[in-house]
Amino acid sequence: MSATSAPLAPAPRPLAAAPARPAWRSSGALGLGIATLWLSIIVLLPLSAVVARSLDGGLGEFWDAVSSRQALAALRFTVLVSLATAAINVVGGTLIAWVLVRDQFPGKRIVNALIDLPFALPTIVAGLTLLTLYGPRSPFGIDIAFTQGAVLLALLFVTLPFVIRSVQPVLIELDHEMEEAALSLGARNLTIFRRIVLPNLVPAILSGAALAFARAVGEFGSIVLISGNVPFDTQVSSVYVFKLIESDAPVSAAAVSTVLLLVSLAVLIGIRGLGHWGARHDR
Amino acid sequence: MTVDRRWRISLRVLALGYLALLLLVPVGLIFFRTFEHGVGGVWESITTPAAIHAFQLTLEVTAIAVPLNTLFGIVMAIALARGDWRGKGIVNAVIDLPFAISPVVIGLSLILVYGVNGWLGGALADAGVQVIFSVPGIVLATIFVSLPFVVREVTPVLREIGDEQEQAAATLGAGGWTTFRRITLPAIRWGVAYGVVLSVARCIGEFGAVSVVSGKISGETETLTLLVEKRFANFDLAGAYAASALLALIALGTLLAMTMIKPRREEGDA
Repeated sequence: MSATSAPLAPAPRPLAAAPARPAWRSSGALGLGIATLWLSIIVLLPLSAVVARSLDGGLGEFWDAVSSRQALAALRFTVLVSLATAAINVVGGTLIAWVLVRDQFPGKRIVNALIDLPFALPTIVAGLTLLTLYGPRSPFGIDIAFTQGAVLLALLFVTLPFVIRSVQPVLIELDHEMEEAALSLGARNLTIFRRIVLPNLVPAILSGAALAFARAVGEFGSIVLISGNVPFDTQVSSVYVFKLIESDAPVSAAAVSTVLLLVSLAVLIGIRGLGHWGARHDR
Repeated sequence: MTVDRRWRISLRVLALGYLALLLLVPVGLIFFRTFEHGVGGVWESITTPAAIHAFQLTLEVTAIAVPLNTLFGIVMAIALARGDWRGKGIVNAVIDLPFAISPVVIGLSLILVYGVNGWLGGALADAGVQVIFSVPGIVLATIFVSLPFVVREVTPVLREIGDEQEQAAATLGAGGWTTFRRITLPAIRWGVAYGVVLSVARCIGEFGAVSVVSGKISGETETLTLLVEKRFANFDLAGAYAASALLALIALGTLLAMTMIKPRREEGDA
């Protein structure tokens, strides 16, 4: 898509007769104005307040807040556990997407619908659920509550759909012919997957993984119960920010939040870049 | 199918096993724990005054947030798919922010604008309006987190259907509103419906952002998800499970609606 506007050139879609203006132009400018204003009031104004407040005490105080030992430990753990989440999703999500597209088994439609459960289920319920199964009262005797593994588990739960839902449509569109050709030439299953299927899926897998990573970095509800919030161990950044808000340290909370915001922005920009790369890759 | 049987079965078992351990068993267990001591107690704990109020508040907030975001979503989607204006790329990026930002940061951002020491806090306090630790704050947080759903569902549908029919209608003399009502809206309605379902689920289920701004006053600013947390913190496990089971039921209803709408949305351009 070209980003440059060409106001003087005729519309690229040549309709024979009258210069039919698309419907939105006549009444749409006002609508767009209101919609943009809405977006600014709801999203931009509050977020700029976070950035502004984080600098209230000057750069020095900002730096102190984000580089305190506890803040750094939380950020380090958040990024590492989110990377692990994304990595496991890359393998597990691709596998599940493949099974859902290429395999046939009874109940497949139900399984396919259930994939979205983590999107539909409130995160606090997800946290309570996992604590019930893998906590002190676990019916299987598996008690990993208040460990780093529990945080990873919660993140895997809430990010499950991203890679699957991103890979599935690409896999459906993928032509079987190349795979059949490779098979007839004697290539083995793994070789076919590695050399033919996987390269086509890479952009979708990566953008799904990036979304999962972004979600994992910011996740709060599912973690707050099961992590136990142990500083220097299971405390993640979002829970740390929550504690800072509760202990009435808004400037420090805003500073750590600004760092989280920057991480989110970086991931969004990265995904956008991936989209362009994927579009080029298609051709 | 190019993959031989043995491979296929083992991959299937692996995938389904992962899903079972991560999704199915935990959610099934919630229902089991909820009902293991009978139905009577469950009914009692979801009909306490605090629970009923929490449920009502959750529905009220959803009923405010979803229509506003649906309206915003449709207008913005049309502008993104049909228009060519300056700043489109930036607006496009900003729309995704609520998906990528931590709910806690969203809650904090609202406090910094509408709280006592916030940008607008003083003026609002003078006018006698309380936003933070009150229902308006919960509404704002919910609107924030559910903002992108309708836009993100409707924009691709609009791109897919193209604008030939709209152009034809305009050529035949239809005004903007008529064209929208007769041509565009029928074509995007399942996309809108899908976005609305996702928004409703997110509004009902939001926890982090709401938890920061609500103040958690029982019977006043406590939503259903906050009730779950409070009951858990107060060692009322049975009560927490009962409220969770209610939310899980709503989630299953959401999944059902999604499954029913999805195929129609995909054939929407037919």
